[in-house]
Amino acid sequence: MIPPATMAEKLIARAAGLTSVAPGQIVTANVDLAFAHDSSGPRRWAPQLEKLGVGLWDPAKVAIITDHYVPATDADSAAILKTTRDFARDHGINHFFDMIGICHLVLPEKGLMRPGAFVAGGDSHSPTGGAFGAYVAGYGATDMVGIVATGKTWIRVPQSIRIELNGALPRGVVAKDVMLMLCREIGLDNAFCAFEFGGSAVDQMSMQERMVLSNMTAELGGETGLIAPDDTTFRFLRDRGKPVDDEAESRAFAPDSDARYLQRKRFDMAAMVPQVAAPHSPDNTDNVGSFSSVRVDQAYVGACVGAKLSDLHMVAQVLNGRKVASHVRLLVAPASQEVMAKASGDGTIQTLVDAGAKIMPTGCGACAGMGAGILSDGDVCISSTNRNFQGRMGHSGASVYLGSPYTTAASAVAGRIADPREMMEAI
Amino acid sequence: MAKAWVFGDGISTDLLAPGNKLKLNPDELSRHCLTAIKPDFPNHVAPGDIIFAGSNFGQGSSREQAAVSLKLLGVGAVFAQSFARIFYRNALNLGLPIFDFAHRNEISEGDDVTLDLECGKLSNTTTAQSYEIQPLPAELMEIVKAGGLINYLEMQFHKGE
Repeated sequence: MIPPATMAEKLIARAAGLTSVAPGQIVTANVDLAFAHDSSGPRRWAPQLEKLGVGLWDPAKVAIITDHYVPATDADSAAILKTTRDFARDHGINHFFDMIGICHLVLPEKGLMRPGAFVAGGDSHSPTGGAFGAYVAGYGATDMVGIVATGKTWIRVPQSIRIELNGALPRGVVAKDVMLMLCREIGLDNAFCAFEFGGSAVDQMSMQERMVLSNMTAELGGETGLIAPDDTTFRFLRDRGKPVDDEAESRAFAPDSDARYLQRKRFDMAAMVPQVAAPHSPDNTDNVGSFSSVRVDQAYVGACVGAKLSDLHMVAQVLNGRKVASHVRLLVAPASQEVMAKASGDGTIQTLVDAGAKIMPTGCGACAGMGAGILSDGDVCISSTNRNFQGRMGHSGASVYLGSPYTTAASAVAGRIADPREMMEAI
Repeated sequence: MAKAWVFGDGISTDLLAPGNKLKLNPDELSRHCLTAIKPDFPNHVAPGDIIFAGSNFGQGSSREQAAVSLKLLGVGAVFAQSFARIFYRNALNLGLPIFDFAHRNEISEGDDVTLDLECGKLSNTTTAQSYEIQPLPAELMEIVKAGGLINYLEMQFHKGE
């Protein structure tokens, strides 16, 4: 008899070709898709593959995305991008996406995140894809070399932590606030645990909002952040022209009701208020009202977690008819070209520009400290991104506060950290 | 004799290898390792010195340069209350010894420490304490013994030759 299993256990068992697996067991998983970006990928892989004297195990199962050093700003970043492009061409990689967005958004946009799959990503925010019911985890460059050379990797079957989010989110509170709250409540030290998100609030969320939950599982320290595939998942993939063949098979990856968890936590969403994480850690979180005296120099809307179309819509909703405070620079780096196109088409970009926002190139931008918009010593920034570790977004003397796109926009207008609900009276 | 360097909880990859320095070559990058919180660290750490840290060491980015920088500076091992998952894998893959360790509070910066990997023992000469080291699972020990994942794979690929 097959024992009851969490989503993580079901997905790993499938990838390992086993009927069941147990936490703590070390198994070999077959990888369905391996991806990396310009910083973590080819420039690190090429010398190692050469040393091994091997190529890619299956170029059709490898995706490369340029998003960290785009567009090139100097000779070094240009060389990194050239290395990436040459590698993709020389190795016959068809899933090569050059400067069209951040990997964690581009892959879902292309319909490449498939329920049930085991996916290895050369980036720590890889858990994002877990929103599609795929086991997606992040790996360092040498691990990825092993993966793209062999199509396999070792995995220690994780304990699972189940997060149930029940009730309706109040006005002005979104998935980002939920994750900042969870960073405080659960802590960041959950290495080798898999997270599962469920409950009525998750059922109601769009894929874009679900991706926020899975994305910031990285901040919780989790290996991946899983959400059971449902009609919302299937509709998203159908709309991308990449429908799921067998929906029943995908639904079967949902956890068994008697599965065993390391922890099972329930949260009432109706009681939530907007959250802000203070420097220098995402778990340094409190209600937005605790930070109303913090004056900001920069507001940044960007990154895989905070510059999707729904995020830009939140920003526009707050900025509509308002102006960014004169001492604040509001930078907006849409997460993909598709987001840029849609936000241009529906008037969102116009609203942002009218309010005084600066529109930046698509990509990881300032979030990882590599792109444009980084901070100087003493700068204070409110950001829709996912990390505020010391030195991440530029100078180690800068202060980064994390908030939702609503909170980031409201703070840009107020010139200090502000509760967005005060600017949403009309809705 | 190696020296102990003591750090707190949640040492991030942004502290170990700052993002805005990642274009530098590995040796230059290592000169920025942990300088945001301990400016002299790269200048004064000596080969074989050991880092003792709190929980979630290496949290944040997947950037392997975090572990590479420690290795290039000659750090002999990292003992932490717990490690972030990707850093843990990166360290094993690069052959940087890392160990779960619950007794950081008994170690002071500058203590003389000796690590005996063969016997699985850590000794603190300054306090006259010694500690047993938790061994790695056998499957993972093979990677470390080979000197890292690339060497391990090289052996696998060329086994039949």
